[in-house]
Order: sequence, then C-alpha cells, then structure tokens
Amino acid sequence: MLYARLIASRLVKAVIVLFLIIIFNFVLIQLAPGDPAAILAGEAGATDEEFLNQLRERFGLDQPMYVQLWHYVSGIATLDFGFSYRQQMPVLDLILARLPATLLLTGTAFVLSLGLGILAGSLAAARVKKPSGSLIMALALLFYATPLFWVALMAVVLFSVYLEWLPAYGMLTVGAGHTGLALALDVGKHLILPATTLALFFMAIYTRMTRASMIEASQQDYVKTARAKGLSNGVIQRRHILRNALLPIITLAGLQAGQMVGGAILTETVFAWPGIGRLMFEALQQRDYNLLLGIFFFSAALVILFNIVTDLVYRLADPRIKEAP
Amino acid sequence: MKTPIAIAVAAAASLGTTAITADEPKSGGVIDTIIQPEPPGLVLGMIQNAPTRTVAGNIYEGLLRYDTDLEPMPQLAESWEISDDGLTYTFHLRDDVTWHDGEPFTAEDVVFSADVFHRELNPSARAVLQHIESIEALDEHTVEFTLEKPFGPFLISFEAGTFTMVPEHIYAGTEFRDNEANNHPIGTGPFKFDSWDRGTVIQLVKNEDYYEEDLPYLDGINWHIIPDGASRAVAYENGTVDVLPYGTVENFDIPRLTEMDNTCVTDKGHEYFSPFAMLWMNNREGPTADKRFRQAVMYAMDREFARDVLWNGLGQVPLGAFGSNARFQNDDLAPYDHDPERARELLDEMGYDGEEVRLLPLPYGETWTRWAEAVQQNLKEVGIEVRTEATDVGGWNQRLGDWDYDLAFTYLYQYGDPALGISRTYLSDNIEKGSPWNNVEGYENERVDELFNAAATAFPDEEREKLYHEVQEILQEDVPVGWLLELGFPTIYRCDVKNLVTSGVGVNDGFKDAWLDR
Repeated sequence: MLYARLIASRLVKAVIVLFLIIIFNFVLIQLAPGDPAAILAGEAGATDEEFLNQLRERFGLDQPMYVQLWHYVSGIATLDFGFSYRQQMPVLDLILARLPATLLLTGTAFVLSLGLGILAGSLAAARVKKPSGSLIMALALLFYATPLFWVALMAVVLFSVYLEWLPAYGMLTVGAGHTGLALALDVGKHLILPATTLALFFMAIYTRMTRASMIEASQQDYVKTARAKGLSNGVIQRRHILRNALLPIITLAGLQAGQMVGGAILTETVFAWPGIGRLMFEALQQRDYNLLLGIFFFSAALVILFNIVTDLVYRLADPRIKEAP
Repeated sequence: MKTPIAIAVAAAASLGTTAITADEPKSGGVIDTIIQPEPPGLVLGMIQNAPTRTVAGNIYEGLLRYDTDLEPMPQLAESWEISDDGLTYTFHLRDDVTWHDGEPFTAEDVVFSADVFHRELNPSARAVLQHIESIEALDEHTVEFTLEKPFGPFLISFEAGTFTMVPEHIYAGTEFRDNEANNHPIGTGPFKFDSWDRGTVIQLVKNEDYYEEDLPYLDGINWHIIPDGASRAVAYENGTVDVLPYGTVENFDIPRLTEMDNTCVTDKGHEYFSPFAMLWMNNREGPTADKRFRQAVMYAMDREFARDVLWNGLGQVPLGAFGSNARFQNDDLAPYDHDPERARELLDEMGYDGEEVRLLPLPYGETWTRWAEAVQQNLKEVGIEVRTEATDVGGWNQRLGDWDYDLAFTYLYQYGDPALGISRTYLSDNIEKGSPWNNVEGYENERVDELFNAAATAFPDEEREKLYHEVQEILQEDVPVGWLLELGFPTIYRCDVKNLVTSGVGVNDGFKDAWLDR
C-alpha cells in the first residue's frame, strides 16, 4: 500500500518533469546554430531556393516557433514523435528499431560491471593488505583512468586483427543468414568486445566503491558482535558487511542504469553497433531535431524511471528509509 | 615528387586495359563493401547526396552512361540524334528493358521522370530543365527533347544520378516523398534492392532479368555501415570487406592498406564529378575583398606539398578555375606557383596591415583539418595572421550560407561541363544567402556573367571554347576563390575484384561490370 502510493506520487511528478524537459529541450535546440533545411540541402550537393522552401514547408520549419512547439507537444501526447527529416522515417519507428540493440549492449554491460565490480571489490576488501588485493585495485585504477575509445580500439587491434578471435564490429555476421541458436551465438560473439569495453569503466568504479565502503562497514560494532558470536568469516562478509555497504553502490547503479539509452555513443560508434547512441550523434550532426528530441525524451524517461526504481531498491536494502517521502 | 601510391595508381592505369581482356569473366559471388555515411534514402532523384548516388547508382539508370573521357555511351537509350541547329535531341530507347517489378520501361517513363518528377524534386536537374521547351514521347520507344536555345552540356546531363529514370506506374499521381515504394526502390539497373538494416547493412541482389547479356556477374552487393574510420580500415584489413570506396578511410591509413597483399588502388571513376577543392575568399569585406590579397594567398600556398603529403600524391594542382578534366580549359594562363616572395610584395603593395583573417576548415575529417593547418602556416610565412575556427557540418553550412567567414575550405563537383559545375561559382545572379554551394564568395563581374551565359548556349563547341578561354583569363587575374586541388579519391580493392571501375561515373555504377576472380 505504502509502495503503491509512493509509486503513484512519483509517476505524477515524473510526468510534470518530462513535460518541462520536452519544452526545455525544444527551446534549447532552436538556439543551436544550423538550419536543418540548409544542412539537408547541403548534403544534396546542389540546391536552389525552391528546394529549401520545399523542405522547410514539408517539415513545418516555416512556422513560428510556438506553433512548432504546440505541434510537437500535442503530437507526443498521442505518441507521435514526428518525422525524421534526414532518415525519412517516423521518429518512433527509428527509435524502437534501435532500442533493442542498445538495451542489449548497455544491459549486458550493466550486469557485467555491477556483478564483477561488486565481486572484485569484496575480494579486494577481504584482502586489504595482501598482494592479490593490491593487484585488483591496480587494475581497477588502470581501467578507471584509461579513455574508453582507446580501450575499444586496442581491443579491436588485439582480439580482431591479431588474434582473429572476435569480430571487430557490427551486431551480426552480414549475409550469414543465421537463425535461432546460431543467431544468438553470433550476436553473443559480436557483443563481447563492446560490452566488455563499456563495462570496464563502471566495473572499476564499483570495485573501488565496494572496497572502500566494505572496509568502512567492517569496522562497525555490529561486525565485532558477529565475530564474537562466532560466525564464519564468509557469512560476516556477505551478510553483515556487504549488505550494509551496498547503499552507495545502489545510488551509482541507478545513475548508470539511467544512462542506458544514450550513454554508449563512443562504443556504438567504434564497434558499429546499430544503437541509439549512434543515432543520437548522427542526428545532432545533421540537426535532425525531431529525432534528437525523441531520443532525449526516451533518455529522460529512462532516467526518471530508474530514479524511481532506485528509490524502491533503497527501501529493500535498508528498511530504515521507509518513512522518507 | 611522386609518392608510392601515386605510382601504384599510374601503374594500374597503364595495365588496366590488358588486365581486363586477359581473363574470361566469371559469374557468381557477393561483394562486401562500405558506404559512408549511411544514406538518408535510396530513391535517386529524390535524394542526390553522394552516398545515395553510390548505392542507388546500381539500382537506377539514366538514358546514357559516360566513359572516362566523358564521351556518352548507350544505356537505356541505344542511340540518339542531335539536329543540326543543336535544338532537338532524339533518343531511341531499348525495347527489352523492364523495371524490377516486371513492368516494361517505355518513353512515357522518360517523359514522366524528366518533366514531372525531377522538375518537382531535383535542383540539379532543374538547372538543365530550364533550357528545355518540351519533352515528348514520339512512340513507345522514342523520346524527343526540344530546347529553347542550344545548351552545350545537354548531352552530358543524362547520367543516372542527375536524370534518374524512375517508374511512372509507381509515382504518377502520388505524393512523391510519401510514396510507400520509397522504402523499396524500383529501378531498371543491374541490381535490385533487397533489404536495409538501418545502421548495419544495405543489401542489393542481382537483377536476373537484366537486359544486357551475362550482366551483372555478381550475385549481390552488401554495403556495410561502419561509422568509425579506424573500424572501416580494420574491416578491410581483416577481410570482411573487399572494396573501400572513396572517402571511407582517412588518407593517413591509405599507405598502410595499399601495402597489403592482393590490394589494388585506382583514382578512376570520378571523371564526371572531378571534385575540385577550393578556398572561398570573401570578396565583400576585409582584406580578402582586395584582389591583390587573394592573389597573394594563391602565391603563398604550397599546393604541391598538400597534394604529396596530405593526399598521398593523388590529384592535380589546378592551373586556374577550370580543372584539367573540364572541357575548354585554357592552358595559356599564367600559373600561380608557390612564391612567398611575390606574395609579400603584393601584400606590401596593397598596404596590408596584418589584420587577422578567419579560416573555416571543412569538417570532413582529419585530412581537411591538417590541410587547414598547412594553409595557415603557409599564410603565416608571408605575414598573414590566420585564426582557424572549427565547426561541425551544420555550423559550417550556416556560416557559409550567412557569408560569415573570410577564408573557408570546400570542394565542388564539376559535372563534366563548365555550364553545369563551374559557372555557378562565379555568376553574380547566383549570389543568394542560405546555400553553401552557390556564389558564396560574392564575386560580381559583368563581363564574366556575359561570357558564361553566352558560352552556355553558344553552338557549336568552337564558339563555346572562345568564350570560355576569355573568361578564364579574367578569373585568373581576379582570383574570386582560391583553387587548391583537383582531388584524387582512391578506391582501394582486392586485386581479384576485376573490372570494378569502367566509366567516368564508375564509383557509382561500377559493380555492373565487376566480377570476382576467385
């Protein structure tokens, strides 16, 4: 009951926030230099005034801004996100076509980084003064400090060009015509490099955070009590230290999850992964405003959604949070 | 200086003809190649940008094709006649051509494409259409174009990308841009559209009913879409793709790729476009408004260096406004050699006070950025202070369209004839805000206008030549824009892909004749 009310009130707020985000994005994008019609015409390599006017009229760019805004907002209310000038397709179709690829990539990276990060962090916390613990932390620091695109390129050079173990780019083998299990394996093979690349950075953060937070928790009185009770070290680490150390990690995981739609631009570009991040980057360069606004909308919606989820998970992990609104 | 790649290209060119006849073509096999960037759509005529032309040039056709000397060859028209006064062009169409959906291709399709479809949608075709009085189908397989006045470049306008033949039975009476068929283009070409997985691949398959015997040899073409330049190079290195068309890899990757086994390179197939790199100089205000300043810029730039170092030795340093592939080039002009001393003299003479000028590089990748740096350095050597202002493509379009620049890089296609590709840069009635492709520099010269306009409609060619030679002399003196380089865009491919580039538009219609020697 409490949860239902909480979720309802959060959803109402979410709709208001989304509405403000739409208006803010719309206004912001109008301020960017570059006329979409001129860019489309520019790409065509030849143009005349008639062509420019045709384009402006077709996409409603000749209307005053408040009329455009009204069309846009009233369109979204009916789930009509408009038409992409450059890709010549409805924005919603474009986004929905790319969304699964991105969610597969960022979802895998999310699970991978969270799982391995917590694991590595707990191991490092349990081995504070041992060489193996230091090794884990050194690796984490390395992954944390290395730029993503460089890791990606080096991974391609090593695993695709020299060792020829893994495909360098794309989501599936073009022309192979796989189905069923063979298709899943093919996609899985293509997924390894980009997902790992994307996961490394967050994994490093989770590792460092888990370790620090566990070391702090391990000095608490209840841990001494548990030891005095005679519990085994493993049980103390898992039940008493890790669980109490989880809150900051949940916060961070919520942030990472919110970035799942738009947070993989670099990785998707380097690995030619047909996802939303790439679509967004191209839309930005081509001043494909409707498409850009559509992607912003989805990203914002996802951030808000994961904020709500994070709040709920907090309450599961730490029942003391219950009373807060 | 000749770089190894320039030598390889030259060697390939001289071997070309013998290599073609040495083996009997084999049918079969699919080619994997790359298209960069991903095209916005594939209906040629509705969209004319470079990636669309490159992919859809295999799906659609024009009435004519052009060899590497830009002489017309039969395509959908098997023969043609021109009346003695240069006003009437009669095309005899093949009678065995069908669209990809099985409908016959007829003279009505030609009339519809030219008179209705392109007139409404296609700015580059409109530039030719304004000279046409009427287009008539005389019978099912004969079309007659009547011109108001002779128009020299008329016969060179029938390339697939300019006057694309589109099916009347699909488009007539519909809202062209919203037609469902746009997602599944129907042409007459050697390859049919199969599928487009956005962001991943465009697949074309062999047109089994193609009207030319045995053609095409290939079973299909896969155009991979890979947004990152380094990843595109890797795709060739690890054998995923066999052909790297123009512009798919950065110039500094090219020497490494061409050293690989079984790798050939050619700069053919661009003759029709002959891309010409230029430096816009704002003729309206600032130091660039003084022609002595513009001449000084020409003398200050080391264009040979740019070609040899940045472009791997491919391309030609142009003499003046007309490229070496252009018709009616005047060879007697005084060249602008690299002469910093002369540049300094000119700047002294005009009393240049060291006012800073703004330079906009072309936002098309590393090579162009480095080129801007090289020019900046050249200009600094003669005492011109340059501030480089980087933009993205959208910002660049806007800045040029608003004339908000002093110097700016660009490159333009020549389209085989001065009246199509060259005069547009210098005619004063082509000055209009909002487009980066017209007379952006703001050059106005009445005599130049007269000469270009007269030359476009003069007849026969000897008359045109006289007028064009005179206009080139004026331009050489006035330097409305800087002439940088006739670009040589290399196509890199495995040597066992045979007959890849066979025409002056070969980068766009080449797969028709190609076959795999495997």
